[in-house]
Amino acid sequence: MSTQRLQFTSFSRLLHWTMAAMVLTMLCIGVAMVASLADYHVLVSIHRPVGIAILILVVVRFVNRLLNPPPPLPATMSRAERLAATGSEFTMYGLMFALPLVGWGMLSAADYPVTLYGSLHLPAILPHNVTLYAALRKGHTVLAYLFFMMFVAHVGAILFHTLIVRDGVLRRMAPWNIRPQGATSTD
Amino acid sequence: MNNQRRFLVRTVGAGVELGKASALARFALIGVALAAVTATFAYVGGWFTPNELTPARFADGFERVNGVHSGFRRNHAKGVGVSGFFESNGNGVRLSKALVFRAGRVPVIGRFSLGGGHPDAADTAAAVRGLGLQFSLPDGELWRTAMIHLPVFPFSTPEAFYEQMLASQPDARTGKPDPATMASFLARHPETVRAMTVIKNQPVSSGFDNSTFHGLNAFCFINSAGDSIPVRWLLTPMQPFEAASASAAHDKNYLFDSLIAQIHRQPLRWHLIVIVGQPGDPTHDATIAWPEERDNLDVGTLTLDRVESDDTSAATDLNFDPLVLPAGIVPSDDPLLSARSAVYSQSFTRRAGETKQPSAITPLAARKGQ
Repeated sequence: MSTQRLQFTSFSRLLHWTMAAMVLTMLCIGVAMVASLADYHVLVSIHRPVGIAILILVVVRFVNRLLNPPPPLPATMSRAERLAATGSEFTMYGLMFALPLVGWGMLSAADYPVTLYGSLHLPAILPHNVTLYAALRKGHTVLAYLFFMMFVAHVGAILFHTLIVRDGVLRRMAPWNIRPQGATSTD
Repeated sequence: MNNQRRFLVRTVGAGVELGKASALARFALIGVALAAVTATFAYVGGWFTPNELTPARFADGFERVNGVHSGFRRNHAKGVGVSGFFESNGNGVRLSKALVFRAGRVPVIGRFSLGGGHPDAADTAAAVRGLGLQFSLPDGELWRTAMIHLPVFPFSTPEAFYEQMLASQPDARTGKPDPATMASFLARHPETVRAMTVIKNQPVSSGFDNSTFHGLNAFCFINSAGDSIPVRWLLTPMQPFEAASASAAHDKNYLFDSLIAQIHRQPLRWHLIVIVGQPGDPTHDATIAWPEERDNLDVGTLTLDRVESDDTSAATDLNFDPLVLPAGIVPSDDPLLSARSAVYSQSFTRRAGETKQPSAITPLAARKGQ
């Protein structure tokens, strides 16, 4: 019980780190594939199914977030900072949901098959319309860059709290379990 | 004052105050970490390699040579849409598990085109004739292929294609391509010289209807036993061959006009032939044809019975990406394949965001003889 108050649940932490790796990989694949002739096809073939996996996982994660409220934020954080932290958290959920959905939608609007693996493919979610495709394709890029900036800001904030403020905020999401009392040293 | 106090409070979160030097060092560490993450992202995105050929730079090359024609493909800009069906005879099943090869009929939509980025170019016997096709498989899978009438492709790499495209650009002063640039290109690319000889030795037919279309690149078929078989494919016309007349003066759209008239008269048909490669046949080089004695398997008949202007055809809004493949067909190691997919996609994205101008072959012209 008290462990849960210090840290996110182990399932929440597993989702966080798994998806963090997936999202960072996807942002890099995305920016690399559009600039590559030789690896374009291989990278796109990975980008599609991983994107859909993120879409499924973020729904699981969002439900999990509502069922399991996070541990309290450190007392060092001001009201504005708390608002920024929670706001950016939900913005990132939104991006994890929107990016794959826009990707799926734009492939649909371009009448590209949404192939996951082999003959396994998803249905179109939008009608074939190239003007719509052009808008969504642009939106996909804009959202991806926005997500990358959110990612950098997120890492920067965590590092600030860990190295400067030293309020143990990273412990809430540490992949290992941290004991609530006495077992944790201040440094 | 207030800020300073606030900073002091903030740096003593762990109960021990950070010295000024220590705090600075920690801030520097954070800065370096974030810069490293950003630099990695920029690096994989190609920001540090501005001379590398990318899909965008490839499309820029097309635009430099041909100009930007709003809403049109950056290459094979002039064309007409067609549709019909493919009737498989079932022969292909032993080579590939793709559903398109099971005996039966699947709908096809396609587009005949001329190579080059000018949507209003005059038809000539020397122009490259293209045929893009989409087969719609019963389970919703798609197979797209973009074929041309040349027996081999003149370039083995995307870089060579790009270099030759820029070399063939007319010089601003002379109005003609610089012969020295082209000679230097050919000296460095003997495979292009060899391919051009093969291409020149193939007699050119009178029109689209009696042209043979080649899939250009090698692919691999995967059959139900899991075997991977190197293949190439081509469409051989059932319309009798007639040599292109070299002398006669032609109308600007004579190739398309005669195609339109023929389709309205009777459906046009092609055999889909699969060339079955042997282990060791080069799959990575589109400039080299496989030996004549390779098995040619007729896997079915393509029938095209409708033709439409690019202004109304559904094919206009399709990207005939040669790597839209059903299960049972996979890319070979030919570097042109991924590059084609990437550049077609770039061209498609650019034109999708533009307002399309009317096509040279108007809806009225496409109805002539109906």
